[in-house]
Amino acid sequence: MLLQKLKRLEQRYWRAMSTNLNTSTTMSSTDTSSRFYVLEAHPENGSLLGFWLYLMSDCLIFACLFAAYAVLGHNYAAGPSGADLFNLPIVALNTALLLLSSITYGFAMLQMQKKDLEKTVKWLAITGLLGAGFIFFELSEFSELIADGAGPGRSGFLTSFFALVGTHGLHVSFGIIWLVTLIFQLKKHGLTTENKRRLMCLSLFWHFLDVVWIGVFTFLYLMGVLS
Amino acid sequence: MSAHDHNSSVNSDLHDHHDHEDHHDSSMADYVKGFIFSVILTAIPFALIMTKAFSNNKTTVFVILAFAFVQVFVHMKYFLHMNAKSEGGWNLLALIFTAILVVIMFSGSVWVMYHLDNNMMPMSTQNAHDMV
Repeated sequence: MLLQKLKRLEQRYWRAMSTNLNTSTTMSSTDTSSRFYVLEAHPENGSLLGFWLYLMSDCLIFACLFAAYAVLGHNYAAGPSGADLFNLPIVALNTALLLLSSITYGFAMLQMQKKDLEKTVKWLAITGLLGAGFIFFELSEFSELIADGAGPGRSGFLTSFFALVGTHGLHVSFGIIWLVTLIFQLKKHGLTTENKRRLMCLSLFWHFLDVVWIGVFTFLYLMGVLS
Repeated sequence: MSAHDHNSSVNSDLHDHHDHEDHHDSSMADYVKGFIFSVILTAIPFALIMTKAFSNNKTTVFVILAFAFVQVFVHMKYFLHMNAKSEGGWNLLALIFTAILVVIMFSGSVWVMYHLDNNMMPMSTQNAHDMV
């Protein structure tokens, strides 16, 4: 009984919507197929696909920086090499922090699916702290290198190193800003459709940064120590 | 008042519909599996380098690159929930297109710059070879 009433209301809702949006069409307003017409005008998950395309273009930026490192990575200009500079335990710690933050973000998404606002925010906060820890160790590594006279101006190797790792760190920093913003949004508006969409976009962004980091620690740090 | 109530119930009905459409196939098991695989695939290359397991650098490079390659796929499957059907295949298409561009750009840069070094720099072939 109630269900039928709801069904009728929904149909009326969509009819009203379609006549609002398609006043110029000749489609009969009683034609229920018009609801599909409306839905097609705004595809589901459109912003997720758009965000994925952004990530792919971001991927190209990182690929260019990787290529620059591949070309310049051994131009030491009689300066220090990776084997002299890199501190692998710190890199391992950073890798662990980023990987942990990836899974804690995953937990936040699972809590979001369960519609548990409090736990979603809690896991997001933990993710943010892990990300901040990553940035902290990266900045301390940078400041040590610069203090030792191995700044980005020292050699082609160090220029391409700072450009690539710095760009990645900048992405993580902006990810943290986005994450904090979303925590405030969630606290104010709750798990609305819009906030869920934003959470899913940030999820893609965050996991994508972890994928890039795989390339960074393998190609720069591990292979840099070898040579 | 009652009209408003009905409207909101219709709305929540629509939202539920949205939720269902937006639902991604992510589960606790996926994330935990992805995490464990990633830890293993990260720990082994670090251990190989830190303990200097192989005397031959070429072997080491090949092995750690292979581990990185596998780990990228692990992340895509378990964390990014990629599959051939997400967003009607457009996600995968964009990814493949990007991968092709990256391969052309990366290998092209390395190739061109290697030959540039080789042919234009006043140094021995062995030195130029070391640079790439």
